[in-house]
Amino acid sequence: MTKCIRRAAALCALLLLALLVNATRVQVLQSRTYDDNPANRRPAIARWGQPRGDIVVEGRPVTGSKDTGEQLRFERTYRDGPLYAPVTGFASQTYGTTFLEHAEDPVLDGSDPRLSFLPLWNDITRDQNAGGEVVTTLQDAAQRAAYLGLGARRGAVAALEPATGRVLALVSRPSYDPGVLSGNGPSVAEAWARLNGDAAKPMLNRAVRQTYPPGSTFKVVTAAAALDAGVVRDLDAPTRSPAPYTLPGTTTSLSNEVEGCENASLRYAFEWSCNTVFAKLGVDVGLGAMTDTARGFGFNNSGLRIPFSVAPSSFNTRMDRAQLALSSIGQYDTRATPLQMALVTAAVANGGSVRSPYLVERTTTATGRTVATSGTRTLRQAMNPATARRLRELMRAVVENGTGANAAIRHATVGGKTGTAQHGIGNSGTPYAWFIGWAQSDDAVEPQVAVAVVVEDAEAVRGDISGGGDAAPIAREVMRAVLEADDQVQRSFRGGEPRDQAPPGARLTNHDHHLR
Amino acid sequence: MTTKAGPTLAADPSDPPPPAVRLLRRRGVEFTLTVVAVLLSVYGYCAVGLAKNGTVPPGATDYGAGLGMLALLAHLVVRLRAPYADPLLLPIAVLLNGLGLVLIHRLDLETPADRAAPAQLNWSTLGVALFITVVALLRDHRVLQRYAYVSVVAALALLALPILFPPVNGARIWVRIAGFSIQPGEFAKVLLALFFASYLAANRNALAYAGRQIWRFKRLQLPTGRVLGPIVTIWLLSVGVLVLERDLGTSLLFFGLFVIMLYVATGRTGWVAVGLLLACVGAVAVGWLEPHVHSRVEDWLHPFASIEAGQGPGQLAQSLFAFAAGGLLGTGLGLGHSILIGFAAKSDFILATAGEELGLAGLAAIFLLYALLVERGYRTGLALRDPFGRLLATGLASIVALQVFVIAGGVTGLIPLTGMAMPFLAQGGSSVVTNWIIVALLMRLSDSARRQYDRYDGPEGAGA
Repeated sequence: MTKCIRRAAALCALLLLALLVNATRVQVLQSRTYDDNPANRRPAIARWGQPRGDIVVEGRPVTGSKDTGEQLRFERTYRDGPLYAPVTGFASQTYGTTFLEHAEDPVLDGSDPRLSFLPLWNDITRDQNAGGEVVTTLQDAAQRAAYLGLGARRGAVAALEPATGRVLALVSRPSYDPGVLSGNGPSVAEAWARLNGDAAKPMLNRAVRQTYPPGSTFKVVTAAAALDAGVVRDLDAPTRSPAPYTLPGTTTSLSNEVEGCENASLRYAFEWSCNTVFAKLGVDVGLGAMTDTARGFGFNNSGLRIPFSVAPSSFNTRMDRAQLALSSIGQYDTRATPLQMALVTAAVANGGSVRSPYLVERTTTATGRTVATSGTRTLRQAMNPATARRLRELMRAVVENGTGANAAIRHATVGGKTGTAQHGIGNSGTPYAWFIGWAQSDDAVEPQVAVAVVVEDAEAVRGDISGGGDAAPIAREVMRAVLEADDQVQRSFRGGEPRDQAPPGARLTNHDHHLR
Repeated sequence: MTTKAGPTLAADPSDPPPPAVRLLRRRGVEFTLTVVAVLLSVYGYCAVGLAKNGTVPPGATDYGAGLGMLALLAHLVVRLRAPYADPLLLPIAVLLNGLGLVLIHRLDLETPADRAAPAQLNWSTLGVALFITVVALLRDHRVLQRYAYVSVVAALALLALPILFPPVNGARIWVRIAGFSIQPGEFAKVLLALFFASYLAANRNALAYAGRQIWRFKRLQLPTGRVLGPIVTIWLLSVGVLVLERDLGTSLLFFGLFVIMLYVATGRTGWVAVGLLLACVGAVAVGWLEPHVHSRVEDWLHPFASIEAGQGPGQLAQSLFAFAAGGLLGTGLGLGHSILIGFAAKSDFILATAGEELGLAGLAAIFLLYALLVERGYRTGLALRDPFGRLLATGLASIVALQVFVIAGGVTGLIPLTGMAMPFLAQGGSSVVTNWIIVALLMRLSDSARRQYDRYDGPEGAGA
């Protein structure tokens, strides 16, 4: 009997061993595969178990966190949600994250190892870092000016600081409140269905994810190519271009909206937006040089991130001459995001070099220690500095004498280019109104802001749609907001009076119910 | 260990009275270890409060005082009535029960509407009271041998009782009276172990040596029907009742218990072979016939099937997630999410909480506590002289061992899952009471076992 009891004990020892080996398998050897199973809620619980870090605009957070006490505990809240939605995106327990909430997610949710002084120590103690902050480059006043300027119309605005590439404003309308997607209740699913079903596409970020035919604003690129290639040497010399212009190899003839374009000088053609002149210039420059210049400005770049990805703007690289002629005036299949067109005007304002646009100034820990900073980077030299200088002159003339008069600002130098882009089958769609421009205070050493505005309005009467009429005033308000903000900074240094007598913010009295 | 000291001490009668008595009693060790067990439980309770609310819970002193009082009472009774009893059994039981209360309390915090810890504390109190009763009133375990047939009738009656009550979660194993729910099968297993021990002790020679030889070289010898008949009948009855009630964990336990005790009683390896064969046939038959079991086997083979089917993780998958989340050192008490497992988190799956929050280290420690308990049971069986006592100790230890293996193997995906309660740890009144009775019986048996050595080795024994 003794032997048998010993054997029974040995059997139990074997069973114990089997349990221990199996527990080791589950808890240590294969734990990673179980942890990574998408059905495992623990990562989500840990992720929402603490408040997310904030996204900051000019020192004020535009996001917040609300403790719901539920399993996925902290919900995201947004201050002025629709205003900043194209920048923040949403952070939803149910539908994930987009835009800055997505691109900076590791910092915001605290999982970025750089948030910790001793990353390995956290692995041992299983501590989670508090969510870090993302400080944006946005200027609140410029953002609001753009948002109020667009009003109920569909469209987008992108504004940059030419010398650095800092994004000062990024607006898309119609917009939505990302806060309605926070949480996991049935109301979130309803809001999701409603926003996705809306024909106006409020969740579409038109500033960076939608491309439009750039229309006449693309003439800046064509002019840069013509000047760089030496096709035009004198701004005031006649360009030997007929009007109307028959597209090469076709019988289609291209006409102008304005008079006096036949053999016009580049200066006149730019001021009054002569299609015939620029179509011929593009053909004269040739496909190769046009493509190179367009690429220099950032077209056909699918890798641009600010830090979220920007839809690539396109300039076709395989076209016949007729197509090239149309592409040179921003039609055919040339397409650009508003941000891309802001880059074009910023390149002109910045002596021809394109600064890589960025939206995040720096990221910090919850206690304010800097984790990472974004520096200014040059993407490419889009054109010779001399060409840029001459283009600035041309753009200034557009505002001073030409189609862009609505963009003029007192005590500032403003350059611009209007555009009215045909689109739709047989150009039947309501045209898009464009304006791109830059502005420089009289006492500033370089242009302080470059802006692109597109209005895709359906309400206006077709004939009234024009870059000068619809888009230029919005651009002006955005640029003025930036100049004023800069002025305020300078005034605080100098102790002087602002030159523009209007009190700051006075023009923003257009009360919008979305704002506060 | 202590037994080896005996002969050398006894070799020289002129030696002063040897310290064997004190060595075998070891009540001070038991007291110290019991205090440690209570302190560990209170520490766990405080850790949960600190993790969940950032403060030491106000009930910590009450909880500590309550558990400490129970443990102290049990210890005092042992000191008075079973002074030679094994000093490890009580501290292990106190620690496991205390830890179980901590884990249940911890899971209660996640489900405020369904608080189980107070009831569990009441049942634990009842369990300790029964422990005290058994240790105090039962002076000699051999008395129990007389009640073999009473206990088997009682066991069968208890097993049959739940058939009269509606099933809960697919199994008819509960009896609900006046708001209490009792699992009579839990008590039945002790009674059956008692009956097996008694019957096998009386008939072991007949079972081992009489009857026809059906395999050459005496490898397997069937005993006469008169000897084997009653035991197989009763076993079949008990297992049949269980299959009807769909409590396959318990029926697996009975099967294993029966085979082990038969083997230990007869010493015939053939019984193990027959047992394994029967087990295989039974498992296949039940798995084939019974959809409840069939689905359990399917779950075991494919724990993530429901995820792939888009229905979310099942209980076993959630349990595996919990264990994996614990890793080597665990998330810390109160900081895991094993409540995701669902309604059985406090009962069948409580080990997953231990695995997640205490890690592999804590889980291994818990396994080793059980192993120590079982080992002490077997050691008692080895030390005893009377066959009934030996078989009873072996049987009781085997109940604990098999139960731990079946449930722990089930929740960690080693074997198909069967709904059973982790001894002392899991929520379940009948279970905790039964386990206190098992420990009480082991205490009584170990007291007898070590007392006889004391007599043999002590000064009187040496002089005789």
